Amino acid sequence: MGKFKSHILVCGGTGCRASRGEEIVENLQAALQENGLHKEVQVVRTGCFGFCEKGPVVKMVPDNTFYVHVEPEDASELVLEHMVKGRKVERLLYLDPETKERISDSKHMGFYKKQYRIALRNCGFINPENIDEYIARDGYAALGKALVDMQPDAVIQMIKASGLRGRGGGGFPTGLKWELTRKSVADQKYVVCNADEGDPGAFMDRSILEGDPHSVLEAMAICGYCIGADTGLIYIRAEYPLAIQRLKTAIDQARDYGVLGNDIFGTGFNFDVEIRYGAGAFVCGEETALIHSMEGLRGEPTVKPPFPAERGYKDKPTNVNNVETLANIAPILLKGSECSVRSVMKRAKEPRFLPWPGRSTMWGLLRYPWALPCAKLFLILAEVSKAAKSSRPCRRVDLRGAA
Amino acid sequence: MAKVKTLDDLRKMKDQLKSKISLRENGENPESMVQIKVSMSTCGIASGAKEIMGFFVDEFDNQGLDAVVTQTGCMGYCYAEPTIEVTKPGEKPLVFGNVTTDKAMEIIEKYIKEGELVDGIIPDSYETIE
Ligand SMILES: Cc1cc2nc3c(=O)[nH]c(=O)nc-3n(C[C@H](O)[C@H](O)[C@H](O)COP(=O)(O)O)c2cc1C
Ligand code: FES
Repeated sequence: MGKFKSHILVCGGTGCRASRGEEIVENLQAALQENGLHKEVQVVRTGCFGFCEKGPVVKMVPDNTFYVHVEPEDASELVLEHMVKGRKVERLLYLDPETKERISDSKHMGFYKKQYRIALRNCGFINPENIDEYIARDGYAALGKALVDMQPDAVIQMIKASGLRGRGGGGFPTGLKWELTRKSVADQKYVVCNADEGDPGAFMDRSILEGDPHSVLEAMAICGYCIGADTGLIYIRAEYPLAIQRLKTAIDQARDYGVLGNDIFGTGFNFDVEIRYGAGAFVCGEETALIHSMEGLRGEPTVKPPFPAERGYKDKPTNVNNVETLANIAPILLKGSECSVRSVMKRAKEPRFLPWPGRSTMWGLLRYPWALPCAKLFLILAEVSKAAKSSRPCRRVDLRGAA
Repeated sequence: MAKVKTLDDLRKMKDQLKSKISLRENGENPESMVQIKVSMSTCGIASGAKEIMGFFVDEFDNQGLDAVVTQTGCMGYCYAEPTIEVTKPGEKPLVFGNVTTDKAMEIIEKYIKEGELVDGIIPDSYETIE
């Protein structure tokens, strides 16, 4: 393995790719080759950095220089100036709208300064198409720990203690849902990941799947272990081609490494994941409609009870969780239930995504503790929007989905 | 054939793979580890700054030391290139001039690991405006 002395992280999220991110990668590689640096500097495509409005985003490591609005034509200048001569390319640095200063380190940018990231921990940091980078960041260690060292009930207790609640909209306590599905008696059970993401303008789930697909697979396997299921199904809308492609790659790699499949970690536990495509109907995000859609029936909700935990896919007990909910699982197991308790409040303790779509002057993904008092959230958002040069103050926060 | 058969396999794998992204992880909080800045301007490069930078990267990797090696522009000591600035956590930066690979090794072994000063320090004769 060659030793690289620098990495250039290029955002491979849908937003940045749409602004010719792929060309940036190619041009950077060509420029590195030209300057004889291709063995020293590695170009890595990552998932969304969350700062989509300033995309395409390119980050230089280890000096953490954050370039925004990069065009493919800038590639040779970036290589020549930053990599060869060691000078920052001022004009591509982020301009702090308040101080009018160029900021090079993302840590000092108002946008990132106040965020706390759990589910987005790897997005914009690892190459989502490389399982090795996920493993290097403790990937699949939570699954290993659960299978080898813990009983399913103990895992469920931990999830319960963390206070994690479903991110699909209902906010149902995740640990409790797992426990209920575990208690249902059946010869076959299923874990379903709800990646329908029908809410207009929402893109948190997509960003996770594109930026860190293994985190979802790992959590599904952990869930399978807890409830007693050997099959996971991801219901994803066909309108998410990049997320689908990254998921497929991730599933193949996980099978290849043996962290999905039979006898995982030599414990006799089997688990595999399949992808099911949705045609993109909003209502199919509702769990009973989703299940019917997967069964080939009309995507219509049915009255609960019976809950999916009792009778779901093919009438078998089924645990349905949202993508973002699942992305929180591994850190809870590895870092302890407390990791998500950043606030003193008892309910809804872990950070919540705030997707920031649409017609604001700035959009992207931000993360704050869910139980943050509204007044405080307002203050933070006011600061963020100031940092984003918004001409209008933050007047309203929508805590629901937009639908 | 599955590569990860036991939890131990995974842990071993992680340890091996860690170095692949340690560059990024260390870059996240450089204040907590040794930072080396290599002056990489025309004068520095002409005097071999690149080899010195490569040497540090390799040596830290070989020895499993956590450090961040970055490049910077000309520090103004063109008479003493290659120059490097070494900052140990919680200490003031020190600038060394005329760094060869032997000198680099000495800096690692004596200054970084043992805290002893070595020859070649360029006295700090400036203050940076805030
Ligand atoms: C009309 C409707 C649409 C929904 N759309 C979604 C969706 O797009 N994605 C999602 O995860 N959950 C959606 N839900 C919620 C799911 O029914 C379900 O509660 C959720 O997937 C459970 O996962 P969680 O416990 O992790 O939140 C929707 C619910 C309704 C009533
Ligand atoms: S898509 Fe690049 S930052 Fe979000």
